[in-house]
Amino acid sequence: MNATGSAAPMLPDGLVIVVKRECETCRMTAPVLEELRRGPLPVTIYTQDDPSFPAGLSPIHDHDLAISWHHDIETVPTVIRVDNGHEVARTVGWSRAEWENVTGITGLGTELPVMRPGCGSMSVDPDLVDALRVRFGGSALAARRVEVAAAEDEFEAMFDRGWTDGLPVIPPTEARVMRMLTGTSRAPDDVVAVVPPDLVEVTVEKIAINAVMAGCKPEYLPWVIAAVEAVCNDTFNIHGVLATTMPVGPVIVCSGPGTRAIGMNSGMNVFGQGNRANLTIGRAVQLVVRNIGGGRPGEVDRATHGNPGKISFCFAEDDAHSPWTSLAESRGAAKGSDALTVFPGEGPRCVVDQLARDPESLCNTFAACLRTLHNPKSILAFDAILVVGPEHARVFAEAGWNREKVVEEITARLQIPGSELVRGANGIAEGIPAHLKDAVLPKFRPGGLLLVYAGGGAGLFSAIIGGWANGDVGSQPVTKEVTR
Amino acid sequence: MTTLLDPTNERRVSTMERVGRPESLRGLTVGLLDISKARGDVFLDRLEERLSELGADVRRFKKPTFTKPAPVDLRHEIATQCQVVIEALAD
Repeated sequence: MNATGSAAPMLPDGLVIVVKRECETCRMTAPVLEELRRGPLPVTIYTQDDPSFPAGLSPIHDHDLAISWHHDIETVPTVIRVDNGHEVARTVGWSRAEWENVTGITGLGTELPVMRPGCGSMSVDPDLVDALRVRFGGSALAARRVEVAAAEDEFEAMFDRGWTDGLPVIPPTEARVMRMLTGTSRAPDDVVAVVPPDLVEVTVEKIAINAVMAGCKPEYLPWVIAAVEAVCNDTFNIHGVLATTMPVGPVIVCSGPGTRAIGMNSGMNVFGQGNRANLTIGRAVQLVVRNIGGGRPGEVDRATHGNPGKISFCFAEDDAHSPWTSLAESRGAAKGSDALTVFPGEGPRCVVDQLARDPESLCNTFAACLRTLHNPKSILAFDAILVVGPEHARVFAEAGWNREKVVEEITARLQIPGSELVRGANGIAEGIPAHLKDAVLPKFRPGGLLLVYAGGGAGLFSAIIGGWANGDVGSQPVTKEVTR
Repeated sequence: MTTLLDPTNERRVSTMERVGRPESLRGLTVGLLDISKARGDVFLDRLEERLSELGADVRRFKKPTFTKPAPVDLRHEIATQCQVVIEALAD
């Protein structure tokens, strides 16, 4: 917590005890402190609240809580033994045995109960901790400070500066950014990626600032960082995904137990409104592209229509209930790990099949719907995610079809005669060159159809998320593990 | 007063003087950068014909893919070989 920022004040040798009057255990142990004062070791008492407590023992008032903050005091009373400037032993609360062990003095507080828990230190008080983090760690932040006048509406000021995606953002104050940074073990000045289109290095701190603005909680930050890493490389090619006239943006599919730990939605209304983690993680990534990369609509972003998912399109797959391995695992992530997959995708469309009770019939529906993606005559150029809802997935699960089998069966149904695809066929000018009329061509390249299990428990529906120019010339999905 | 942390890249954009427009293309080396979009070559072939008629020495360059910026080596090659460059986006 205090790995960065101002230097920790040294503790004096001997016994150091941190107390506050408000704590009943501290008041109870005050006579023991007098006993310790009579012992062989020098005793220094820091008091957090009342400068005169404990009376008669000349305590030092830790008025700015610097001692408590820098020495990680989480509970009072805390007793620390210091030799040559180094902490060698510590105990918290009251335990006669522990106190005797740390102080080396026996027979302490014989009239007291054997043990009593302590109270929370003021330095970890939720009402104070953000301010303390800024006071003692804020100097570690490198970002330029922007002052907003008292009479100025800070939300309007952020719109005026072009920092937002069109919706209001949370003001990124030092306190909020420091709190956000507690979500990761990475240092604020750690460079995460080089962000297109301006090709600017982005630090953990700058990502944290944009995550605050997006509305993230600190525990979401590792997911935002992983997603920024996943999109900012030549493989995913966020430059092209941003610059294209097509309506795509980074779609972030999150997998693993961590999605549940941070409260992501993988069920009902999985692509919709209402879940903070889903919405703000995706939004933070897009704000990084905008504010760090300089990627703004009408400038490098040349989308003809765009799509609402370009504000945020992030969701979890329901890997806890999926009949299949998770998408991330199928793409090489370790089993049970937290990972995310980024995909250059447009908005989702619904696949309705209320009558399918056998897997073959359902694959026929999927294939027929996937065939129309981008254009019924378009082949090989675009990937897709098929998000299979629980009621559809059950049909496959009951038939014992695993992920590979489902993809194989759909793929087999999407081998299309060239005569249906050539320019002019079916009265549609669009198409492939005429010389391919006798070929049989697949809708998707190998690996170009990704399966995800997600959605609410009721509804015989699935969803298709269409992709963008695939392969080396465009964008490849990227899977990345998420670490704190 | 509220103090906010700047979410942007805090980049200072350096401005560069644009090379003056030449009076004539005669004798100048003109680079044509094909961004690799379908049928861009058809357009550039015609452009090459017209520029050659005007006395320009036309050189052709091509990006590996239209979805990514031109590689730095290619940009350097164009900058060192040409006095004029035409980059066109087709869509």
